[in-house]
Amino acid sequence: MNLNSNIPSGPLASKWERHKFDMKLVNPANKRKFEVLVVGSGLAGASAAATLAELGYKVKCFCYQDSPRRAHSIAAQGGINAAKNYQNDGDSVHRLFYDTIKGGDFRAREANVHRLAEVSRQIIDQCVAQGVPFAREYSGYLSNRSFGGAQVSRTFYARGQTGQQLLLGAYQALSRQIGLGNVQMFSRTEMQDLVLVDGHAKGVVVRNLVSGEISSHSGDAVILATGGYCPVFYLSTNAVGCNVTATYRAYKRGAAFANPCYTQIHPTCIPVSGEHQSKLTLMSESLRNDGRVWVPKKQGDARKSCDIPETERDYFLERKYPSFGNLAPRDIASRAAKEVCDEGRGVGPGGLGVFLDFEDSINRLGENSVQERYGNLFNMYERITGENAYKQPMRIFPAPHYTMGGLWVDYNLMSSIPGLFVLGEANFSDHGANRLGASALMQGLADGYFVIPYTIGHYFASHDQFKPSTSHAAFKAAEEEANTKISQLLSIKGSRSIRSMHWELGRLVWEKCGMARDKEGLANAIQRIPELREEFWQNVSVPGSANELNVALEQASRVSDFMEFGELLCRDAHNRDESCGGHFRTEYQTADGEALRNDKDFSYVAGWEYQGDNKPPILHKEPLKYEEVKMTQRSYK
Amino acid sequence: MNLTLKIWRQKNADDAGEFVTYQANDVSPDMSFLEMLDVVNEGLTSKGDAPIAFDSDCREGICGTCSLVINGTPHGGQKATTACQLHMRHFQDGESITIEPWRARPFPVIRDLIVNRQAFDKVIQSGGYVSASTGGTPDANAIPVSKENADTAMDAAACIGCGACVAACKNASAMLFVSAKVSHLGTLPQGQPEKDQRVLSMVKSMDEAGFGNCTVTGACEAVCPKEISLDFISRLNRDYAAAVVKSAWKGK
Amino acid sequence: MNIFKAIFHSSLGKKYIMGLTGLALFGFVIGHMVGNLQIFLGQDKLNAYGAFLKSMPKLLWVARIGLLACVGLHIWAAVKLVRENRAARPDRYAQVKRMGTSFASRTMIWSGLIVFAFIVYHLFDFTIAPDYTGHDDKGRHDIFKMVVLGFSNPFSAIFYLIANCLLCIHLSHGVKSLFQSLGLSTGQFRSLFNGIASATAWIIFIGNTSIPLAVLLGFGKEVLK
Repeated sequence: MNLNSNIPSGPLASKWERHKFDMKLVNPANKRKFEVLVVGSGLAGASAAATLAELGYKVKCFCYQDSPRRAHSIAAQGGINAAKNYQNDGDSVHRLFYDTIKGGDFRAREANVHRLAEVSRQIIDQCVAQGVPFAREYSGYLSNRSFGGAQVSRTFYARGQTGQQLLLGAYQALSRQIGLGNVQMFSRTEMQDLVLVDGHAKGVVVRNLVSGEISSHSGDAVILATGGYCPVFYLSTNAVGCNVTATYRAYKRGAAFANPCYTQIHPTCIPVSGEHQSKLTLMSESLRNDGRVWVPKKQGDARKSCDIPETERDYFLERKYPSFGNLAPRDIASRAAKEVCDEGRGVGPGGLGVFLDFEDSINRLGENSVQERYGNLFNMYERITGENAYKQPMRIFPAPHYTMGGLWVDYNLMSSIPGLFVLGEANFSDHGANRLGASALMQGLADGYFVIPYTIGHYFASHDQFKPSTSHAAFKAAEEEANTKISQLLSIKGSRSIRSMHWELGRLVWEKCGMARDKEGLANAIQRIPELREEFWQNVSVPGSANELNVALEQASRVSDFMEFGELLCRDAHNRDESCGGHFRTEYQTADGEALRNDKDFSYVAGWEYQGDNKPPILHKEPLKYEEVKMTQRSYK
Repeated sequence: MNLTLKIWRQKNADDAGEFVTYQANDVSPDMSFLEMLDVVNEGLTSKGDAPIAFDSDCREGICGTCSLVINGTPHGGQKATTACQLHMRHFQDGESITIEPWRARPFPVIRDLIVNRQAFDKVIQSGGYVSASTGGTPDANAIPVSKENADTAMDAAACIGCGACVAACKNASAMLFVSAKVSHLGTLPQGQPEKDQRVLSMVKSMDEAGFGNCTVTGACEAVCPKEISLDFISRLNRDYAAAVVKSAWKGK
Repeated sequence: MNIFKAIFHSSLGKKYIMGLTGLALFGFVIGHMVGNLQIFLGQDKLNAYGAFLKSMPKLLWVARIGLLACVGLHIWAAVKLVRENRAARPDRYAQVKRMGTSFASRTMIWSGLIVFAFIVYHLFDFTIAPDYTGHDDKGRHDIFKMVVLGFSNPFSAIFYLIANCLLCIHLSHGVKSLFQSLGLSTGQFRSLFNGIASATAWIIFIGNTSIPLAVLLGFGKEVLK
């Protein structure tokens, strides 16, 4: 396997413009002869499906939800970045590019990130034209805010529901194409396998989640836009249905999986309240603007927060990072919270939480001002915890939130399998080792609206095209495998629930490969996950049959992939002997406890190639070359 | 706490369905309603019984997937809260809880508590969009929108399409859902060129799906987890009347 | 887009019919009440009012036919809407807890049908019925005596009271809804129209029931001697 990034030559700032001209085009009359299969209907999938259909391609789109409008992009709160410089505060394409590269701790491709910054401006134009109700000033012009510690105000937002509004924009564009008959939509349909014919991705095998029927769809190219894999940790801010199945099964068919160990842990989530918990809820990072983070100085201090005097409180972020204080970046704030909890100073059930205290702000600004700024968040906190954060401090704890890793793609967003394109969170391309706030929405829409429509045409025009029939032997074999896997799951009839197996895997991966990792723990996880997998296949209980709506079977199928993927995640973390971004290896830190990169040995993309069940994958390296920016050490002291 | 659950079970769309009673024991007040059902299901699956099928995804009140009628009220009756964000601390120890699916002809039950809401997708497909193909759009600030209109559009656009309005309405009317989308796009300058055609098509599609009529009871507004206002239904009535008259006038 | 189809076949169109015919009938109910309240001005004034109406038979018949058409359309649309609404929910809930809805809004079809039955009775009682109270000394139809005689029967009077109670429940929601259905009920106008609906319902209730109540308490008894 050769991971050739296919980055166009020429100066960075003109690469994309030139590449657009260099790419071959498909004659408009011929476009309807090409059929594209899009798996996933979130920001990336819906925008790609809609745009390709507008261009004249035939499109089939699949999602496991009951409607494409429910994809988890909908849950993004904060906003979307774009280098519009509407605020005249010094923003530019180059600055957005630089911030993203630096934020990613110098582990992203320069050319991809620059393109992302360039098209960010078009995204806002497109979304406004669709009727996305972004916040406005009294002038009628668009409003911006600064987000995630950025020094310029480049974030566009629609109250706290930016993801929802952008997704609805893409969903409406997709709906229009469905109504026109240009897109065939398959909801409650989950991808089971990718089908390759002569080395090219030519179709998918899917399961109808209502009837249980397994069927095949063939096409001229396949696009995966199936999101991230946070639920490998069991508890995360992702939807309970989010899964790695599509990307992992493509990996098993030969697509390289890149940088799986780059996962983002968000510091301000509501802590776990018990073992019953199914998901964690994120609260906007903006709370840290006015809240002070602290824990008791004494271990196991069980007093109520109000009974702990000022002198016995440790405002650890302010103590460790005097200049950034409570606003330290996500990965740093998360790790600091973990450290104090590991020392036995955490608060709340199980000692897994730290206080986020608004008392000072309420005294300084008055309760009304605090309510104006954060009222909805305080309400949400009360709904979930039953606690009033005006009277007692909130409790927060970090939770997995986003995965920067994903299937490897080249500059054209094509994976290592020709004809298989991967968009949005499902690919690895733009965020490096850490994603900046308000950049996920930008990347999903950039890929779907403005990159894939160009690059997929180039693929069609530069290869001899053939669309196999679904009666081709490769389809039949893949259907057979999917059916076999389902029958196997149903025939185990063991005694453990799927949830308990998933929970155990999640706890293991979280402990060994969560906010902080070390070689020994990872080695231990790599040894234990196959044992857990073995137990899963021996002892899990999956009731019901294959030919019905079977929620247990759906979950079991997804968890079976996490059981394998968890190992890959740990292997990648085990291999990367450095700390960078969301990947913090305790052995590699500076004297004052900060992430220590090793640019000499690890300035590469790790692309993993599947070798067969229970065989270690092979590592391929795509070297990262920095021509435009100089690699520096991040400092937030 | 311990609870008695009376839950609608229905094997598939053709099955008659019936209520089955379950015991939920040792329920923690910190659980969400759906987590309580997860625990009941865990007990069922580990015995090899089919779990209670219910829809949910984001579990933070934004995707609109969860759809339970709890004790006679869609989403359980807590103000501005979806079933996934409803917590067990609002129930009493020993309480008996009835759980049913959304009931409406356009939302047929697929299994247990899961219904098919594609009728909503069809309504959007018939015209709930601005026909702005990708590319070729003007600079975002070339289309100023008054803050007031942007805020009204956002109020309407907050709809999560869960269908609680239909489930709560004694007539199973979808007016609140349709009016939210018509008002969202109809309030913005970007939505003006297609305003009349949009409202005519969407109402036609809504009627064809078999939803009932609005008799202004206000149940939809009361259960809406995003507190979408009845004002939007009034706007829909106004926009439709204007569109009918205008198109008749033009002879279209 | 056919305008007739848009009005008679669409859900919203039928609501416009309900609203517009309801508005006309609401206007009639107010006019009717104002006319009838002249009973308190005495026998002469009321009989003169009756004679005045009779003096323009063409206009009277136009109004009558118009009202009949409104009643017909109002009932036709109501029955159609109710049937569609029932069809939209073939399976009932086992348990229903009403949130945010009024009694009036949930019982429109019943209050409407009973009021309709009352109107039929009322027409037979006072309008179509044979002239059983004769003429006054100026040779005019003695409406005053007819009303007093009619309401002297406590059963008749109580039926009137109940029917008016239902009419006003019907109107309290109907008037509010007609502004909504005609698309006028937005922003601050919503509370204005809702206020108008409740206020007029109360006024009509008090106005209409004051007549049988007064007669029951002995008003106008002297004409029966």
